[in-house]
Amino acid sequence: MINLENSVGIVETKFFTIDEELELESGEKFGPVQVAYETYGALNENKDNAILLLHALTGDAHAAGYNSENDRKPGWWDDMVGSGKAFDTDKYFVISSNMLGGCSGTTGPCSINPQTGKPYGLSFPVITIEDAVKVQKKLVDFLGVKKLIVAGGSMGGMQALEWSITHSDMVDAVIIIASTSRLTAQGIAFNAVGRNAILSDPYFNNGDYYDSDNQPEKGLSIARMIGHITYLCEESMHSKFGRRFKNEIDGKEHPNFDFGIDFQVESYLAHQGQTFVDRFDANSYLYITKAVDYFDLAHKHESLENAFKKTNARFLVISFTSDWLFPTSQSKEIVQALIKAGRDVSFCEIESPCGHDAFLLEFETQTKIVKSFLSKSFGGANV
Amino acid sequence: MSNFKDERISSLHLNYEVITDNIEKGSKILDLGCGSGDLLRMLVDKKNCSGSGIDINQNNVIESIQKGLSVIQGDIDEGLKEFSDKEYDYVILNQTLQSTEKPDYVIEEMLRVGKKVVVSFPNFGYWRVRFYLFFKGRMPKSKMLPFCWYDTPNIHLLTVEDFFDFCKERNIDVIKSVYIKRGKISKNPLTKILTNFLCEEAIFVIRRDL
Repeated sequence: MINLENSVGIVETKFFTIDEELELESGEKFGPVQVAYETYGALNENKDNAILLLHALTGDAHAAGYNSENDRKPGWWDDMVGSGKAFDTDKYFVISSNMLGGCSGTTGPCSINPQTGKPYGLSFPVITIEDAVKVQKKLVDFLGVKKLIVAGGSMGGMQALEWSITHSDMVDAVIIIASTSRLTAQGIAFNAVGRNAILSDPYFNNGDYYDSDNQPEKGLSIARMIGHITYLCEESMHSKFGRRFKNEIDGKEHPNFDFGIDFQVESYLAHQGQTFVDRFDANSYLYITKAVDYFDLAHKHESLENAFKKTNARFLVISFTSDWLFPTSQSKEIVQALIKAGRDVSFCEIESPCGHDAFLLEFETQTKIVKSFLSKSFGGANV
Repeated sequence: MSNFKDERISSLHLNYEVITDNIEKGSKILDLGCGSGDLLRMLVDKKNCSGSGIDINQNNVIESIQKGLSVIQGDIDEGLKEFSDKEYDYVILNQTLQSTEKPDYVIEEMLRVGKKVVVSFPNFGYWRVRFYLFFKGRMPKSKMLPFCWYDTPNIHLLTVEDFFDFCKERNIDVIKSVYIKRGKISKNPLTKILTNFLCEEAIFVIRRDL
C-alpha cells in the first residue's frame, strides 16, 4: 500500500507534442518531439509562480507522488516536492519533464521514427544539454508560464545553468545542487567506460536491438555499476558494505572461492545493474551521458564569467563534502564566476557522508536552505 | 556563566549599532565572517544596504540564508580573488580579525575590494587583560575573550596600538575609531596610551588613499 500522507498523491504523467522541427546544437533538424511531464500545484494568475525541476542522468518526469496505487516507490524528489516541503506545492506550480533522448515518455532513441515506422536507435541525432532546454522551453510556453525558477541536481543543475543563460528574461532564480559547469576529465572517463561496456555488448547490434530477443543488458548493467561507484564514496561504501561477504556458513560470513558474487558490495552493484536494465534504455544511456560530457559553459561562452554576465537571476549553489564526482571545487568555480559577473549568489557546502547521492538523500538540510532561498522570490523579505 | 553570556550579547548589540551608525545609507556591503547574519540583516533593514556575507561555517551560512540574506560559504584566509577592486562601499570584518590566519593579507584584500573598510577587534591591551596575565600568570579570559588557550579561535590577538602601527606602516588611512569600554561607547577622547589601556573593544573605519 502506498502512503499518501505528506504526498502530492496520485499524479498522472501527461504528454505534449512539439510538431515543428527543432534546430539542434549540432545543426541537425529534428522533430516531432513528444514530451512526458508532470505538474504539481497550480499556476497563479500572473503565471509567474512556476518552478521547473530538472532531473539527473537517469531520472524521469515523475518527481513526486505516485502514478498508481500499486507503485512501490514515490517520485525521485518526493521528499522535496509537496505541501509545506522545499518546493511547496501550496505556493508554486512545479513542473518536471523527461529529458530529450530519454526513455520514459519523451522522444528518444527507443521512440518510433515516424518516417521509418521503426525505433530510431543510433539514427537518433546526438543531442546536447542546450537541446534538452529547447524542448523544455516549448513545454513551459505551452503551459503558459511567464516567469520561472529552475532547479536541478547533477545533470539537472547543468540544465538549470543553461536555462539561466539562454532564457535570462524568464528565469528569476536558479538552484544548482551537486552540479558543475563542466564535467571533469575523470567524470568523462567514467562515462566513457560505461558507454564502452554498452557498445561492446554482443547484443548491442549497433543500437538496433529493440525487436531482438536479446538486449544489451550486460553492457548497460555494467555501465550502471560504474555509475553507482561514482555516486557513492569510500566512506559510504565502507559503512554500507565494508568487506563483508554475502554467504554465511554456520552464522559466519564466508568467501566462496569462486568468481561469482562474493562480497556484499558486489551484490549491491549487481542488484543496481539488474534493476536498471528493466527501466532504462542502453541507447538513451549513450546519448545522455554524451550530452553531459559535451556540456562546457566556459568553452561555449569563452569564460564562465562571460556566460553568467548573460543571466538575470539570483543563484543558490549547494555542494556536498563527500561528492567527488561533482566536487565542491567545481561548485566554487561557479560561485566565483557568478561573483565576478556581479550576480547575487548564495553558496553552501553541506557536510554529508553520502557522496554524490547526497542530493537525493540529504533533504532536511536542503529543505531549510531551498525554502528560505525561494521565499525571497515571491513576496518574501526583500534584500 | 549565563550572566557572562548576556553581557557578551549586549556588548555585541552595541557593536552592531556602532557599525550601523557609521555606514552610509544604501551602501553596498560585504560582511566577512558574517556569522548567522544578524549585523548584515540590521544593515539591510536600518540602512537600506545591499550586499552579501561570507562565513566558513555551514550552520551560520544556513541561518543567514534563512534570514533572507545572500551568503557564501568560504574561507576569507583564501582571499577575495573573485571580487573586483573597489566593488563594495564597505567591507566589514567584525570581531574576526584576530581569528584569521593571515590578518595582514585579509586587510589588504579588504582594502582592495572595499572603498572603506570596517574592522573591529577585542583590545588585548585592555587593563583587565593585562592584569589577568600579570597577576594570575595565565592566558587572559574575559567576556570578549572567553576561550581556553588550547581551544581558541583567536590566534592573532592585538592591541589598539598594534593596529595604529600597522596602519602607519602600510599607509592606511584611519578615518574613524570608536572605542567601547564596559559596554559603553567611550565619549571623551583620551590620549592614545590611555585608550589602549581603558578600552575593551575597538572599531576602526579605514581606507587606502590612492
